[in-house]
Amino acid sequence: MSPARPPEGARTEAAGGEGLAVRWDVAIRKRLSGGGRQFELNVAFQSDAQRIVLYGPSGAGKSLTLQAIAGLLKPDHGHIRFGGQTWFDAAAGINQAARNRRLGYLFQDYALFPHLTVQQNIGFGLQRGWLNPGARRGSEAVQHWLQAFELGEMAGQRPHQLSGGQRQRVALARALVNQPQALLLDEPFSALDPALRGRMRDELQALLDRIKLPMLMITHDPEDLARFGEHRLLISSGTISR
Amino acid sequence: MDAAWIALALSLKVAGCATALNLVLGTAAGFALARLRFPGRELVDALLTLPLVLPPTVLGYYLLVLLGKRGWLGGWLYQHFGIQLIFTWQGAVLAASLVAFPLVLKSARAAFEGVEPQLEQAARVLGLGEWAVFFRVTLPLAWRGVLAGVLLAFARALGEFGATLMVAGSIPGRTQTLSVAIYEAVQAGQDDTANLLVLITSVTCVAALLLAGRLAPARSAAT
Repeated sequence: MSPARPPEGARTEAAGGEGLAVRWDVAIRKRLSGGGRQFELNVAFQSDAQRIVLYGPSGAGKSLTLQAIAGLLKPDHGHIRFGGQTWFDAAAGINQAARNRRLGYLFQDYALFPHLTVQQNIGFGLQRGWLNPGARRGSEAVQHWLQAFELGEMAGQRPHQLSGGQRQRVALARALVNQPQALLLDEPFSALDPALRGRMRDELQALLDRIKLPMLMITHDPEDLARFGEHRLLISSGTISR
Repeated sequence: MDAAWIALALSLKVAGCATALNLVLGTAAGFALARLRFPGRELVDALLTLPLVLPPTVLGYYLLVLLGKRGWLGGWLYQHFGIQLIFTWQGAVLAASLVAFPLVLKSARAAFEGVEPQLEQAARVLGLGEWAVFFRVTLPLAWRGVLAGVLLAFARALGEFGATLMVAGSIPGRTQTLSVAIYEAVQAGQDDTANLLVLITSVTCVAALLLAGRLAPARSAAT
């Protein structure tokens, strides 16, 4: 499972002549208001690192940043570029839909589809069109990830029947089966109990070592920062301070 | 006695068409109110819920004003297509739809609001377009609530009297539905016919309510 070829998409001119563009180039601003509260997100960073950790307290704007990168939140100003592709550029009027950015996104509480089995969840993104994958048929890629994460016996079960660790594995498999260009992780271990947290951290590290996929994680856990933070970014009150 | 079964068949046809109409329109409106943010959203919700509290005669009057030969919609339809809705079973369908519409709207809106938006976002990141997200994630998670509302609407449409009588009249075999036939039977002193019609209506409505009740509470267990 290697990081897939970059898709056709908008590319910056810089990617042509002057060698390879930086992997991540993010500079976004977004003003949010709601419930009588105002929040100003103003995040900018560039990085060539394989593993980036965005670290900060809750309410600092970490999740908003991740959502903007994934295309789930539209910033007011700025740009988001990845490996020479422009996903968002307010000045140029570019805003690629989330479905075209080919990213793997691990949600904090996994966001598994409760009406589908483990196998259907994993194969969800492989199936195009208006119908969900059938309960019986699992493609080769789905079978591969079921085996790799030792989920074979749970293939026909629903998410609510799984343990926390198994849910996370299903969510990871569902993200990876699409061969994303990068993996976005939103507080990946916070939903787990402490004993399991250590083990899943080891699992994720081993997986990332194997598949060499660029990764961007947001967390408020210092242990995650120490383990995965090849490039560390600190965020507070909507701004990156280092 | 044959008249009773003709009235039942007509009622089922009218209620069935009205329910099909509401399934599409009520679901769409419920989804829009649950997901779209626009100014005046609650006002739109209140206006669309009005048929629930207005007297059916008022709704019937509105429909007459709208659909009559001199109404702006009725006049246009008559001039361009020769279509006349007043005193037809199609007119009865419109009356029944209007009266039952809020039941679908309310249930559908609540059902769609119960669907975790993050699940839809997960589907988008996994490469799905908006229609696919709706049919593969949103609707499967909301359909029980939607269907419960649709069954309530069917029962309501089946029992519709006031608006139907004003718009479609009471032409035996053509626009005389069960509830209108009951009224006529009682007026004419035909107690046997009235008893049978009342029994048929009651049984059908109880069945629809039981089914709706079975579907509605199970929704939380499925999500």
